[in-house]
Order: sequence, then structure tokens, then C-alpha cells
Amino acid sequence: MPSQRWRDLAVQGLFAAGLLALLWWLLDVTATNMAERGIRSGFDFLNDPAGFTIGESLLPFDSADSTLWALAAGLANTLRVALPAILISTLLGTLVGLGRLSPNLLLRGLCAAYVETLRNVPLLLQLLAWYFVVTDLLPLASEALQLAPHVFLSKSGLSLPWLADGALFDLPLRGEMGISGGAAVTPEFLALLLGLSLYTAAYVAETVRAGILAVPRGQSDAALALGLTRVQLFRLVLLPQALRSIIPPLTNQQLSLTKNASLAVAIGYPDLVSVANTTLNQTGRAAECIALIMAVYLILSLLTAWLSAWLEQRSGRWAERS
Amino acid sequence: MNQLNATHAWLRRNLFSDAFSGTTTLLLLAGAAWWLPGLIDWMLLQAVFKPDAAACQAVNHAGACWGVVAEKYRVILFGRYPHAEQWRPLLATVLLLAVIAGSGLRLLNRRSLAAAWILALPAFFILMGGGRFGLTPVGSDLWGGLPLTLLLATTAMLMALPLAILVALGRQSGLPLLRGLCQLYVELVRGVPLISVLFLASFLFPIILPQGFTIDVLLRVQAGIVLFAAAYLSETIRGGLQAVPGGQHDAATALGLSRWQAMRWIILPQALRAVIPSMMNSAVSIFKDTSLVTVVSLYELTGSLSLALAGDAEWRSYYLEGYLFIGLIYWTGCYSMSRFSRTLEAGTGLLRPPVPSTA
Repeated sequence: MPSQRWRDLAVQGLFAAGLLALLWWLLDVTATNMAERGIRSGFDFLNDPAGFTIGESLLPFDSADSTLWALAAGLANTLRVALPAILISTLLGTLVGLGRLSPNLLLRGLCAAYVETLRNVPLLLQLLAWYFVVTDLLPLASEALQLAPHVFLSKSGLSLPWLADGALFDLPLRGEMGISGGAAVTPEFLALLLGLSLYTAAYVAETVRAGILAVPRGQSDAALALGLTRVQLFRLVLLPQALRSIIPPLTNQQLSLTKNASLAVAIGYPDLVSVANTTLNQTGRAAECIALIMAVYLILSLLTAWLSAWLEQRSGRWAERS
Repeated sequence: MNQLNATHAWLRRNLFSDAFSGTTTLLLLAGAAWWLPGLIDWMLLQAVFKPDAAACQAVNHAGACWGVVAEKYRVILFGRYPHAEQWRPLLATVLLLAVIAGSGLRLLNRRSLAAAWILALPAFFILMGGGRFGLTPVGSDLWGGLPLTLLLATTAMLMALPLAILVALGRQSGLPLLRGLCQLYVELVRGVPLISVLFLASFLFPIILPQGFTIDVLLRVQAGIVLFAAAYLSETIRGGLQAVPGGQHDAATALGLSRWQAMRWIILPQALRAVIPSMMNSAVSIFKDTSLVTVVSLYELTGSLSLALAGDAEWRSYYLEGYLFIGLIYWTGCYSMSRFSRTLEAGTGLLRPPVPSTA
């Protein structure tokens, strides 16, 4: 139907023209507004010295370093909290999800209560509450709680044994003036890690449960009839088949976790969004800073989508092999 | 005797089915015996319920200080809204909640439901904003607490749904340009965190609008939430559209329905019905996400708690009790929504395909 095709083309042409006109108008208005208010634009500020300090950073950072480097330090901080949180939430979520399928009534109830509580309260509220618990209700560093030998928890965060410059461990010690030695984790990091991991674990648990329930019942009956133990049943029969339906939503949830790490701004952990927010307030380059945040997260999303596809392919092969 | 056997069988099945289950039961019971007394002690026995800061200080966190809620509930629930006028947000909240509950429980038929919504929303704005019927005007910068949370969530859902339907249809369009744009919008929004969208709304919208054309921050943030929610909802609806069997389309065409008629009367009703549970999930997410507007300085429930406590040295150390209080409010909202969606899933008729009419 050539006339239909011409009509489609015409409609799209008009649509594109209208859209371009709208964009042009918006840009024009923006340019006028910015000129009138004396707002400069461009990404040149990235090379200027940042002029602010970052509370904690994986990358060596100093206020004389460039703004670009500050943002990189922020991104490194985002990943520094997101990667361990992904690991913890996946493990804990899997356990809770399996717990919800347990024949034991108490365990089932406990896991259900966990999921229903954590999922139905905003993450921001949970983060604020964790941060308050760590910074206000825990004892001072000089009276830190000892969780295990040389593991201390206090208002100043968590101290752990860590590899020293030599081959041996550097052990934290509790003294009159607080805790010295070892590796210390700040209260901000701790609250964010706890909040993100526990919240996401509730979603992971639901995904795992749904994935396992989606495996036909006959599979477990057959496996049990063959004399497999419950552990073998899970490892060899249910999990490989369930993984195929678990992995796509799971990667989505872990991507959400990474996006949710941006809530760090509310408790003062210097992640990418916090650093960009500070930069925005200092330079006034709102459009550029927001565009940078969005671009970084879009790239992370694309990478995750790619990783998810790769994992799906692999899990398919694993299922065929076992 | 019989009952004893039954109890025994029940215990065996649910708590002691094998060695692992038995150990778990004993461990969990031991844990409960260890934790529960302390928890009950803190929550109830040693807790202070009176708004008495000295009493709270005397207990020194050995018991909860629920007095903080008793003392501050008006700021927590209504934010900076003028004290003498707070019956207005209260009434507005009750009104909105009543309409939402009425819709959920299907107490009203379709026509009176539409009428209730059409009346309730303007009534909400008139009560909150005033300026009419002898009510003193109250600027939206003073709105806060629970009514603001409800307003943000409800409006987001109501406005995002039609937008999401349009975008979902756009993604099925035969026009590559339209399809591409809709896809671009969805992927862009779903790829970035909500905070960045809120920053966009609060910092950037003022710059891209013509001079003399200012919209207040509440509206801008609301627009941001709507755009964000619509992207997620449209993916859900697209799933629903794909789930409608192709035969439905063919049959509609064979009956002589136009493309739009088929969409409006045949495809969309089935598609939307199929994804009601996922849409409820989105509604729960939107409700929780409204807490993020605190970051751009709007005092909804989470923000108004800080408003109530941050500046008050006497009550500042009882944030945890405050968080638990508003946490309970959020939880009640989210839990009732997810229960509601589960009753729908269980098949109360809403999810069943419509009975073909013979007329």
C-alpha cells in the first residue's frame, strides 16, 4: 500500500519537525535565561581544582585535584559500596528465599516476616535509621563493642583486621583514645552497606522463591524418588533450572541496588551523586552535573544488561551440562 | 486422644519433619527466648508513652521513648502547615484515604467512583491551599507530612497511567520514529536513579522555562515523579499488550472494528487487566519513592520527621522511635496495597476475562 507508506512518512516528518521546533525553542529559552542570569555553560570546570574535600575515598584525593578526579573518586565510592552489597544481598536473599520454602513453619514465618517488613518500608527511611543507630546509639570508640576478637563496632564505625604492609595482619586495638590499627569502615559506609544489602535481599528472596516455585513439581518428586538428599535436590535439580528464570530479574534488582546507592547523598557518604551534588552547588553547572550522573548510570545499566545476557547464556549451558 | 495425635502430627509435619528442621526449630525458639523479652521490655514495659522529655532521659534508651511521637505528631504528620489550620490537612488526608479505600474495596459502582475522584481531588487542593470558601490561603511551600506524601503518590499514579499507556502503544506503533522515541524515553528514564530526575526537576526545569513562567517546586517535583513512574509503568503495560493473543486482534478486525476501536474495546482492557498485580507493585514503589523528595527539600513524611526533631535538643536523641512511627505508616500503606493486589490475583473476578456480551 504505497499511499499508506507515504502517509506514514508524512506523519513522521511532521512529528519530527514539531519535535525539533520544540527542542529548538527550549534551547533558545534556556540560552536566553542562562545569559540573563550570568550562568556559564560547558564542561571546562572539570579541569578546575575541586576545592572541596571528600570524606573518604578509595582513590587518593585532595581538594587541589581536578573536579573530574573528584567525580571519579565518587564513582569509585559508589562501586565500593555497591559491589559488596550486591554480594551480601544475593547470598542473604537466596538463603531467605529458600527459607520461605522450608517445611519448617517457624523458619518460613521468620523469612516471610523479613521480606514483608523490609520490602514495605522506603529504603531512604531504612538508611536514615541505620545511620542514626550507628552514629547515635552505639557506644563511643573507647568503649567499642567487641563483636569478635579484634573486630570493634562503635560510633566511629567498624574496625577489622587487615593485611599489614608486611605479610601479617594489622590488628585493631581498643584504647583509651579509641581504636587504632586495622582497617576502619566509616559509619556512613556501614549504614549504606547494611541498608542496601538488607533491603535488596528481600527482593532477591522473592525472586529466588518464585524461580524455584516455577520449576515443575514433578522434578522434585522425581529427584526425591531417585534417592537424592534435599541438598542434592537443590544443587543438582532445582537451582540449575530455576537460575534461568532467576537471573534476569536478579540482575535488574542488583542494578536497582546500584542506582539506590545514590541515596548516599542523604547520609553524607561521598558517592558519585553526592560529589556531583557538591560540584553542582559550587559551580552552578546544574545541567552538566546532572548529565554526568545520568550518563554514568546509563553506561552502568548498559553494562549490566550485557552482563545479564552473558550470564543467561552461561546458565543455559550449565543447565544442559548438569 | 485423637486430638493429641493430630497435634503430634501437626508438630511433626511443621516443626520436626527431620533432623535439620528440628534443629532449626530449637535454634529459633532459643533465639526468641533470648531476644523477645528484651524487645518487649524496650517496646512496652520500660517505654515512656507520655510526652515527658525528663522521663525519657531518665530511662536512657533502656525503654523506647514513644513520648516523642506524642509530643511531635503534629509536625511529623503535617510538616510546617500552620498549627491553627491543621484540621484542613487532616480532613484532606481522610478524604483522599477514604476515596482510595473506597476504590480498592469496590464500595462504589463505576459511576459514583468516578464522581468521588472528580470531587475529592479539587476538594483536597481547596482544603490544603485555601483561598476559597473563607479558608486562609496556605502556600504549597508550607504543605508537608502525610498529606504531601499521599498527594505525590496518588497524583503520580493517576497521571503516569495514561502517559504510560500512550508510551506503551507508541512502542507498538508502525512508525519507526515514534517507536524509537518512546523506547529512548523508557530506556533513558529506567537507566538513571530517581534522585537525578528530581535534581533535574528542581534545578533544571526553572532554567528551561520562559521568563515570567514559574511553576513552584512541588509541581516540578511532581512532574519529575510522573515522568519517572510512567517509564516503569509503560514497560508493565507493554508486557500486558504482548500477552493478549493475536487472535483477538484478528477477530476485532474481522468484525470491522478500526484499529483504535480494537485497541480501546478489545486489546487494552485485556492487557490492563492482566497486569493489575504488576501495576500495584509499581504503585507500592511510587509510594515508597515519594520519600526521596526530602533530598530536594520538600517536607513529606520523612522530611517532616527531621523537621520535627533536628532542631530540638531535648528530643533529638529519639529519632529511632520517630523512624519506627513513620515506618509503620509507610508499612501499613504498602502492605495493604500488596494484600489488595494478592486478593485480585487470587481471582475475585477482576482478573478474569470479561463475559462476552450477546447484545
